[in-house]
Amino acid sequence: MSHVRSPIRQKWVTNTDTYGQITADIVRPIESKMNLTWIAVTLLSAAVMLFGFAMIGWTIWEGIGTWGLNKTVGWAFDITNFVFWVGIGHAGTLISAVLLLFRQEWRNSINRASEAMTIFAVMCAGIFPLLHMGRVWLGLWFFPMPNTRGSLWVNFNSPLLWDVFAISTYFSVSLVFWYLGMIPDFATVRDRFAIQGRKISSRIYGILSFGWEGSSRNWSRYEVISLILSGLATPLVLSVHTIVSMDFATSVIPGWHTTIFPPYFVAGAIFSGFGMVQTLMIVTRKVYKLENYITLDHMESIAKIVLATGSLVGLAYMTEFFTAWYSGSLWERYIFINRAFGPFGWSYWIMFSCNVITPQLFWFKKIRTSMVLTFIISIFVNIGMWFERFVIIVTSLHRDFLPSSWSMYTPTYVEFGILIGSFGLFFTLFFLFAKYAPVVNMFEVKTLLKHPKKPDNLETGSEPVTV
Amino acid sequence: MKRNLLIGKYWDPEAVLKGLDKLTSQGVHIFDVFSPFPIHGVDPYLKSKRTRLTVASFIYGCLGFLTAVTMMSLIYGVVWPMNIGGKPALAFPSFVPITFELTVLFAAHGLVITFFIVGNYWPGKRARLLDIRQTDDVFIIAIDKDKLSDESSVKAVFTDTGAYDISETEYER
Repeated sequence: MSHVRSPIRQKWVTNTDTYGQITADIVRPIESKMNLTWIAVTLLSAAVMLFGFAMIGWTIWEGIGTWGLNKTVGWAFDITNFVFWVGIGHAGTLISAVLLLFRQEWRNSINRASEAMTIFAVMCAGIFPLLHMGRVWLGLWFFPMPNTRGSLWVNFNSPLLWDVFAISTYFSVSLVFWYLGMIPDFATVRDRFAIQGRKISSRIYGILSFGWEGSSRNWSRYEVISLILSGLATPLVLSVHTIVSMDFATSVIPGWHTTIFPPYFVAGAIFSGFGMVQTLMIVTRKVYKLENYITLDHMESIAKIVLATGSLVGLAYMTEFFTAWYSGSLWERYIFINRAFGPFGWSYWIMFSCNVITPQLFWFKKIRTSMVLTFIISIFVNIGMWFERFVIIVTSLHRDFLPSSWSMYTPTYVEFGILIGSFGLFFTLFFLFAKYAPVVNMFEVKTLLKHPKKPDNLETGSEPVTV
Repeated sequence: MKRNLLIGKYWDPEAVLKGLDKLTSQGVHIFDVFSPFPIHGVDPYLKSKRTRLTVASFIYGCLGFLTAVTMMSLIYGVVWPMNIGGKPALAFPSFVPITFELTVLFAAHGLVITFFIVGNYWPGKRARLLDIRQTDDVFIIAIDKDKLSDESSVKAVFTDTGAYDISETEYER
């Protein structure tokens, strides 16, 4: 491309010198036959997913009495999982939208898979508040519609309703953004299949590609709307976790009622999301041999973000403690002491060590560039961030203002089943995506290739075609 | 509308920009450029108007804003005021989150739907490609032959700037 670029800056595409090579490398999994490993892992995660669905069915049939909730701890596993999955989603939007606005070129090869992660994570998240309602078939009552229920309207002052709007807007806008990004790449896949004479496959991708031709007039509009969508998605993603944090922060429960929650939740969401991006990318680049597109430099950049946001989260934990002491409020102080040293103290220390201590290892370049260690740390981050939500929700609730109503919480197999099932759903969708869609954004990666070599297989005199 | 196009195929986007520069300096009208990815710097040569999608998006956003504010004020202020903990029913600060979400929702979806309509894209539409590899690694400059006075000079520019194939074809748009 025509802009001047310093030769000392790192290359985001390595060992590749033609555009055709990029296409061939990225389309390979779609073109090649299904391999046994893929079938095995997809079936395995589908089985886990079905187990989760069975547990969901049991919950709906029998009611949420099948869960370990009680009068004191009314929110636990379900809302923990909800906040966990929504948080995971945030990294995708951050990579696709915020890094686009900042013109970070390294986002180009990881944005597609991260956005997919966002969408699947939000789908998993959506399950939990729905189930938590107890009567899922009344879910439509959440929408402000004229009705015959004594003209009953929703409560616009409730953060739980804000959540409905935030999550549904976030999901639909992310979905559109993701799909829009795939249209030119679907067109590329369509034409590859057309060259190979695989008409049905070519037609399927043709339908998906909306007849994309790559005309400059459309590219120009396409770039403008990508930029506007990024501009819209950036405040959107911040608003979503802010609103999720308000589910807690607008209450009067000690441990929840804090103004630090919105920025703290957003930082935590980005942290957990990037942890999941690390987990997925390390596996994807290895299995699909995409090391030339998702390079060690990419993985290092992600690790640096994990380090930064992990430190922010650590700072937030300590600020919470300081504020609890400084507030002079007995209840606030008690809840925090109880959080770290009470009966659920073990969960606090799992959270603290996974989220605050392990990411600090990323100060060392050797660790940032070791994929094995990065993978292990990313798993710790995922575990730690799940526990963060568990700690916030359960430890704040289980000892409330009235000692006679103090209680403990133990999850049942149904709750564990739904959690595991949500991972099954997530990975099933991700495996399907990885097989049938280009996992790396081809056209954006092509813009990173400077000074391409002349392809050997150029054909002259080829006729125009309709595909 | 059926057109007769004179097309030059390139393998290097830099060469496309050089070609466009020479052609427009000779006063040739460029019909379109096809490329596997957006080439920055092509727009000025196409002399197309700046897209008004930004304005459209702003209008959709305003629509979303108004929808949210009117709906919530009407429902909560007029039709069904609810007394929850003695708090005012018509509380604008607590309308902010939903107002924001609906603004984004309308702006984003309105924008994308308009983009599809303006660009005439729909699922199942057949693509007419001048070269099957134009979504892979081939870059094409297309010129409307009927608006051309001197064909040979255009062909010369194509050859000079590194086009590997020059051909003529019919195209419908």
